[in-house]
Order: sequence, then structure tokens, then C-alpha cells
Amino acid sequence: MARYFTDEHEWIDVEGDTATVGITDYAQEQLGDIVFVELPDVGAMLEKGKDAAVVESVKAASDVYAPITGEVTEANDALEEDPALVNTSPEEEGWFFKLTIGDRDEMEGLMDLKAYKAFVDEL
Amino acid sequence: MRYLPLTDTDRSDMLATIGADTIDDLFSDVPEEARLDGPIRGLPMHASEMAVEKHMRLLSKKNLAASDAAFFLGAGAYKHHVPASVDHIIQRGEFLTAYTPYQPEIAQGTLQMLFEFQTQVARLYGCAVANASMYDGSTACWEAVAMAGRVTKRSRAVLSGALHPHYAEVVKTMAKFTGDTIAGASPSIQPEPDTAGLIARIDDDTSCVVVQYPDILGRVNDLNEIADAAHAKGALLVVVNTEPVALGALKAPGDMGADIVVGEGQSIGVGLQFGGPYLGLFAVRDPKHVRQMPGRLCGETTDAEGKRGFVLTLSTREQHIRREKATSNICTNSGLCALAFSVHMTLLGEKGLRQLAAENHRLACLAADKLAAIPGVEVLNTAFFNEFTITVKTDARAMVRKLADKNVLAGVSLARLFPNVDTLSSRLLVAVTETTSEADIETLCSALKEELS
Amino acid sequence: MKAPNKSGWKPSMQSDDGMQSGPATNSGNRALMLEEPLLFEIGNTDMTGVDLPEIDPSATTRMGGLERVDSIGLAGLSEPETVRHYTRLSRQNYAIDLGLFPLGSCTMKHNPRLNEKVARMPGFADVHPLQPVDTVRGALEVINELAHWLIDLTGMHGVAMSPKAGAHGELCGMLCIRAALEARGDARKVVLCPESAHGTNPATAAFAGYTTEDIPAGKDGRVDLEALKARLGPDIAAVMITNPNTCGLFERDMKAISDAVHAAGGFVYCDGANFNAIVGKVRPGDLGVDAMHINLHKTFSTPHGGGGPGSGPVVLSEALSPYGPLPYTARTKDGVVHLVEEEQADAFSEEHSDGKMQSFGRMTAFHGQMGMFTRALTYMLSHGADGLRQVAEDAVLNANYVLRSLEDLLHAPYADSGPCMHEALFGDKGFGDDLSTLDLAKGMIDEGYHPMTVYFPLVVHGAMLVEPTETESKTALDQFIASFRSVAQRANAGDASLKQAPYYAPRRRLDETQAARKPVLAYREQSPPAGKPTLSEQGGS
Repeated sequence: MARYFTDEHEWIDVEGDTATVGITDYAQEQLGDIVFVELPDVGAMLEKGKDAAVVESVKAASDVYAPITGEVTEANDALEEDPALVNTSPEEEGWFFKLTIGDRDEMEGLMDLKAYKAFVDEL
Repeated sequence: MRYLPLTDTDRSDMLATIGADTIDDLFSDVPEEARLDGPIRGLPMHASEMAVEKHMRLLSKKNLAASDAAFFLGAGAYKHHVPASVDHIIQRGEFLTAYTPYQPEIAQGTLQMLFEFQTQVARLYGCAVANASMYDGSTACWEAVAMAGRVTKRSRAVLSGALHPHYAEVVKTMAKFTGDTIAGASPSIQPEPDTAGLIARIDDDTSCVVVQYPDILGRVNDLNEIADAAHAKGALLVVVNTEPVALGALKAPGDMGADIVVGEGQSIGVGLQFGGPYLGLFAVRDPKHVRQMPGRLCGETTDAEGKRGFVLTLSTREQHIRREKATSNICTNSGLCALAFSVHMTLLGEKGLRQLAAENHRLACLAADKLAAIPGVEVLNTAFFNEFTITVKTDARAMVRKLADKNVLAGVSLARLFPNVDTLSSRLLVAVTETTSEADIETLCSALKEELS
Repeated sequence: MKAPNKSGWKPSMQSDDGMQSGPATNSGNRALMLEEPLLFEIGNTDMTGVDLPEIDPSATTRMGGLERVDSIGLAGLSEPETVRHYTRLSRQNYAIDLGLFPLGSCTMKHNPRLNEKVARMPGFADVHPLQPVDTVRGALEVINELAHWLIDLTGMHGVAMSPKAGAHGELCGMLCIRAALEARGDARKVVLCPESAHGTNPATAAFAGYTTEDIPAGKDGRVDLEALKARLGPDIAAVMITNPNTCGLFERDMKAISDAVHAAGGFVYCDGANFNAIVGKVRPGDLGVDAMHINLHKTFSTPHGGGGPGSGPVVLSEALSPYGPLPYTARTKDGVVHLVEEEQADAFSEEHSDGKMQSFGRMTAFHGQMGMFTRALTYMLSHGADGLRQVAEDAVLNANYVLRSLEDLLHAPYADSGPCMHEALFGDKGFGDDLSTLDLAKGMIDEGYHPMTVYFPLVVHGAMLVEPTETESKTALDQFIASFRSVAQRANAGDASLKQAPYYAPRRRLDETQAARKPVLAYREQSPPAGKPTLSEQGGS
């Protein structure tokens, strides 16, 4: 399994033809207490770079963009009940959604952990 | 100028502190050619309190106050008695001159009041959650249509022909710009609403069905059938109520399957005021729809010492955070009108509201019977609350104008409400409230008799 | 996501460290600071504060068998209890009547009580919107007289009076623009707004069917004219600009901006939220504005009422005036003021304006916020043309006085570029470790002030926007400045006690995260102690 990062602070785990997407620890730290996550419907077609989900803290709502193109196969329903999971376990239990990988070429240009760390350090 | 506390000495001291020579130095960013060199010509100079009051009183005298007439107008705005303590409380400076409660530690008065208001409205409407109010009933109606579109992801709204025509106009105006389709209809002038006809217009693309209850002709009917039909097609039922007093006697829309209930709250605590400011009420039956609601919401929480307190919440729906993706561009609510509503509702309580509703209905029944006994007058409705439609054997609109000269404001002619429907000239909408005396009813009846004889 | 949390505000800034303040009392009250239970905890469904006839259970009804049988659950109180409940609640509010209320962009000025008296005259307060026109001539004259003032003060061509609040007025203006574009068959799609704009601007543009794009700002806090010009083209329907802008600065290039937008075929919408800074000094019409809403509750002092009602008439240029909403009033040559509704619209337009009027439709059920019109007109007549000019001058003077009295202590991002208008803007640069704008704001509460606007505009980190208004005396300003300086010094020095402020307000910091995660939006009865019925179980009637 490989993990990639975007410069919009999403992480993507790739396993076979499926990718799991969430937001990074850095992003949740910046947002503060998450109070609500709006997830895409299963079956929705997402397009790379377009709105996929919304994550809300008390006074900010941020769009989460689809890091790659694909069809949503699963959404993390646990976040509906307990949005705080995004704070406590952003890169594991607080995942957002899974989607099929439409075009592997889109993975190009995504960062690995080291590159993302360097990117965040620059901010 | 009595409202401006700075003296000329203050002004020059302050300019010195700032490091400016003249006040105009502070306007140096304004291009020279755009600066006015003195008071705008053609407008009067400042005036004393006494002089201004006199001017305004003369203007006010050119209007016929409802209380100075035998008064029977309704159609979305109703004359009710407002207890003196309501106006006293809304003039307390801590309510009158406070801002939106964005700093909750020093706005618990407004916030707790809004929480109580939301609870009162939700219960009155038979709903789970109500917001902290909208501009008025007509804009709340449009907001409900827009919300139904977000929930169902559809864009065709079906309006009952017996929806207040001004509300329908507001919805149609807004829909022109949002691209929604609005299926309107003309009112069917029958003793009972045309439920079958309305249901037949619901299709698989329908986001919501909008019905008024009691409707614009004053008729009331069971909404369960419409709710079932809407839900079977995946559409929401939006119910509009323009007379909240009615819900002290009539089943609540939320208890008959309405998904969104909106309305005008003016009847409780807010005077007629020539149409505004009024009070838009907005509630949803199912709490899962809360995040799609427009407008402010007040919620309960605790403070750092564990004490109960209230805050504005779920504000990520709103324009100041969501900007172009907000559920609505609404920024204000009708805070002070919501306070007036809440105080009046507290004075009434359930007991008083039920008594008030019963008294309205009793007098309306009395008026309907007396009017029906006049040759040339027929009462259309089989069922009504405090407003009903009559047919007169003359041009109702001309008659209303004529009777106004005799201090009888006989009602709202349907021809005024529906100028594009040409079969309504003999119809008149008559509203009766607890402020209507039996003598007023007699006055109306004799005036009609005289007109029609 | 893009730049998460630009403003810098975080819920974790709310601290949960309590501080003991004297011994606890049995009641929970602290002398004049009185705790007040919820209405539903002290009232019940059988109590009422009005005297109405008992219901006759034998009376026949004609409600189609739809009688409401189940309890509604509406708690009532007697009149003395009602007055006390709300009076106690009122004392937990800050208000202009209590002190300086420096909320930037909100314009919390004194609300003259004559306005309240006038609005309550029976000829205004007790008039139905659908009365025959001959019985409401005075009301129509008020609307028309106020319209006349607004047109003269702004140098514009027409005014739409019916919008119910500022944001509703914005919508009205944008709908006029869209109607005008459609009338010439021009389907432009994009509206430009500066990043510093009020949130209502992009929300309104979206509601009117447009996509929005940011206008770049220059280093001086103003629109970057060259960048704007570069973006203009056949797809731009309108540019929305606030002037004076939300940084409290006058857009010096406004006329050039308007000219450029017009040359590119677009319209200029001006957010008039800050008109109070320039009323009587500058007319937006002279700057090329096509539409501007006026918040009567800001510039013309109608009360904010804890969040409304507002009123948002929109002044319009000659190009947009024909498209304004119905109903409207118009005075004809014979001196008569007419009420024009759907019914008369076409004929009236033919007879009096060569058929030019092509209203986009109705925005609200009736004629707008009459109760606000009477108040605003009273305010204008009291001030007169000379007094209103003085209003703008004193508002700007007071704001500059605050700016120059704090700039040595606080980061004032645009102070070097010249005077501000009616509000002074500061940022959080220079605060001690871990201290934020929110902490400073809460410290101001303990000093007895409502805080300034915080975290707005978004273009300045930890923004604090201070608008003293013209109705503050120099003494009041000096006291406020002394408090502000004291709290700012504590913030700069890293005084950790600020993190728990306020200490002396009716409530300590409230947990907004809890409120949003598990929303409780209506009162629910707790399970009752044995033998005690809940409110909803008590009989209704």
C-alpha cells in the first residue's frame, strides 16, 4: 500500500484499484475542532480537483477536493456520528471516502510523505 | 445637533492628536472632484424634535388607522390586540439597541430569548426545529422552496393556486434567476380546496408542493393526503401559514406530514405597520434537514464553568462563512419582531392562545352567518378559521373603496389580490379577529345591505 | 483544501480553565447578576397573562374536523412574571444604551427615541398594507419622501424601497443588473468581488445565478485597478465593491473602476454598508455606481434590535431604474403619489415613463419595512442636510482618533497609507505567545465594552475592526481607548490570564464545539421526577 499527499492537504492510500482519502494531521490541526463532515454519496462520480466533501469546524467550512477521478465506493459513516475522529485520528479512523482509481496517470505529481513534510515546513 | 456629542473644541483637539489640520484632510482619499463643498442643496437643514414630530404627525394623519374603522382586512396581515407589556419589553434598550449575538457571553438575553422563540415556533408548527426567524412569510416561502431543491436535488416546485398570490409572485421572481421551474395555478373558487387537482400536478421531478393553510380564501383542509402524495413521488410538502393564531385551534401542519412549515408571525406581537417589518417563521419536521435550513439558529451549550448558555450555531451554513455556497444570502433575522412574538406568546401561553383562537373563530362564525343572511351575499367556505370568502352581487373592489369613505374597511377584494384573473370581481375576503366587535359586524352588515339594495 | 483557516480563529482558543470568583451563592445569582431559567421551566400550559373569554365547549365550530386536540406545549406566564422574565434576560445583554459598541462595519450608533415614538403613531403602526389607497396617502408620502432623500443623498436616479434588509437589497440590485443584461440579450456569467467583501456579496451573486471570482487587492488595502482591468471582459456582469471598503479605506480609484467596468459592458454594484462614512460628503452617483443598497439600520439609525429587522432600499442608476421591483411608489406631475403594483405596472409605465419600466417582479409580500421608513425619515429630518454631513465628519474623526491612539501598540496594517474612514483596522501581529484576537476581544468584555468586529475582514490576520460612530463623545472615546490600550498591552506582554477572559460577564466562554457537534435547538422536557407531569403531559385546554 502506498500513501500519497496533495498540496491541498489530503492523503490518499492506494490499494489495488481503490484509493482511500482523508485530510492530513496538519490540516485538522489548522482547522481545530471538527464539528461536521459532509461526505459524497456512494456511487457519485468525482472529478480530480473538484469538490468532494466538506469539513466544518465551528466557524470555517472547507471544501475537500477529489485528489483523483473516480467513483465513490464507500463513505466513512462513523464521521456522521463522531466528527471528532478527524481530530483524534485524521490519517486512520478519520478517513473520508474510498473511490475507484479511474486514471493512474493522475497519481503523478502527488507527493510522498517526505515531500509533503517538506511542503508543510515551508508554509 | 442634539445627537452629536462632539464640541468644536473636541474636534480641534482630536484633529491635533491625529495630526491633521482640517476635517477635510481626513477625506483626502476622496478625489477632489467628487467632494461636495457643503450640505446637499434642495434638502432641509436640521430641525428640532418638536418640529420633526409635527411633520410626521401630519403625514400619519393622512392615513386611516385600522382601529378607527370597522375593520375586516386580512390576506396575510391581521389586526390583533397586542398587550401593552409587549411593546414595553421590546423598547428596553438592552433588547432594542443590541446587535446580533455574536459575543455570546454578553448576549445571553437575546440568545435565550431566541432559543425560547425557536421552541415556541417549532411547537406551534408541530415541527422539530425552527430557526431564529426570516424577513417575512413571503421570503420564508421562497427560502423553503430553495431548501426543498437542495434536499431533493430537484428544481420543480408545484404551487397551490390558493397560495397567497404575493407569496407566489416572490417565489416566481426568485425562480426566474435561480433557474427553478415554478408550476403555479389560478385559484379554484370552490367551497373546498382542489386537493385532487393539486396532487395530479406532482410528478417525479417535483421538489416540493407548496400549500397554504388556512389558504388564501380562508379554507382549511386535511393535508395528510397531499403529504402522502408528495412523499410517494419523493417530493417535500411545504406548508405556508399566514395566521399563526389559527394554530391555537387547528391541527399543526407538522402533525399532518408537512416537511417544511413556514409562515408569517405578524399576528402575534407585531402590529400591521403597513406591511413591515414582519416576522418570517421557518421550521422543519425532521431534524435531519437542519443543515439545509437557511437563517440563524441558536443552540444550547455550556460555558467554561459548566453553566448552561446559548450560542448561535451551525453558522457554517451562513453567508459570512460559506459565502457563495451559503444556504441563503440572508444576514439579519427579524430579531425584535421575534422578541415581540415570543413575549406575546408567553403572555398567551397555550391556554391563552387556545382562547384567542376560539374567540377569533366564534366571531368569524357569527360574522359569516350574519353576512350570509343578507340578500345578495353568499359565503363560499364550508370550513374556515377567522377569514372567509364571500360573493357579493356587485363589484367588490369598487364597493370596498366606497365603504372606506364611511370608515368601513370591508375586506380585501380578490380582484386586488389576483389582478390577472378576471372572474373574481364579485369576491371579497373578510377577516374577523378578537378586535372585531359585534357592533363592527353590524356596521359591516348594514353597509353591505345598503350597497346591495 | 485551500489555505485552511485563513482567519486564524480556532475553537481551541476557548479555554475551559475555570476561575473562582467569590463564594458560591445558594441561588446561583451574583447580586444584580441574576440567573434566569428557561420559560419552559417556570411557565406552564395552564397559565396565561391575558384575559380572554373561557372557551365554550358546546360551541359549534366550522373547522372541517381539524381541531387541534393534543397539547401544543406552549408555556405561559402571568403578566408580572412575563415582565420579570424578559427584564431579567435583557440585563444579560450589552447594548448601545449601555456603552460604546465599536463593532466595525455594523455601525452601532445611538438610536434616537423620537424615531420610536413616530413609528408608533397609529397612522403608521396601525395601517394594513392592503387598505384602499385613498386611506393610506400619508404612508405612501412617507415612502416617497424617504425615497427623495435617498436619491438626493446618493446622487442616483431611482430607488427600490421594498427590500427587507441589506442582503435583500443586494439581491435586489443584482437582480436589476441581471434583468438589464438580459433585456439587451447579454448572458454574462461572472461577478467579481474583492476578498475583503462582506460574505453576503458572493452569497448574493450566487443566489442571483452568477459565479464569483476574487478581485485582487493591492498592498494599500484597496482594489488593484490594473489587475481588475486585466480581468474585465465580455463575461463580467458586474463588479461588487464596498466603498468605503471593509478595511475602512476609501477606494480612491472608484471612478476609474466604474469607467473601466462600464467600458467593458458591465455594471458596478456598491455595497452601501459603510455609507455612513461619506453621507453628505460624497455622492456614489458621482462615482459611477449603478446600484447600492443602504442599510437604514446603519447609516440612518433604525435599531438593530438584537439582529433585525433591517431595511435595505437600493438606489439605482438611470440604466437600472426601469428594472426595480414591484410594488413601487411614484409621484406624478400632479403631485399625487401612486402605488404601482403588478396590476397597474404596464399602464403606469406607458402613461408616465414611455413604457420604460420593466420590473423584474416582486421581492416581498407588501411594500417593504414601513416601520423602518418612518424611523429613518425622522432621523433624516432631524439631522437635515447639514447634520448628516456632520455625521460623516464626526464618524471619520472619531475613527481616526482611535487609530492614531492605538497604532503605537497594535499592528495597524494600513495606517501608513493615510487616514481611515469611519473604522480603524488592526491585526494580531505582535501579540504574546498563544494570545489571539479572540482573547483581546474577551478582555474588552471584562473592561465593560462590547468587543470590536473580530476576524473580519479576512485579508488581515486576527483582524480587529473598530467603528466608534459619531454618537460618542470625546470623553467616552478616551475611556474606551484607555481600556483598549490596557488590554492590548496585556496581549502584547503575553498575559495568560486573558486566555480565560471574560471573568465578569454573565457567562464565561461558551463551548461552541459542543453546540455544533450535538445541536440542541429547542427545549426538551427532562424525564420528570416521579409524580410530576411534564409540560407536554399537562392538559392544554
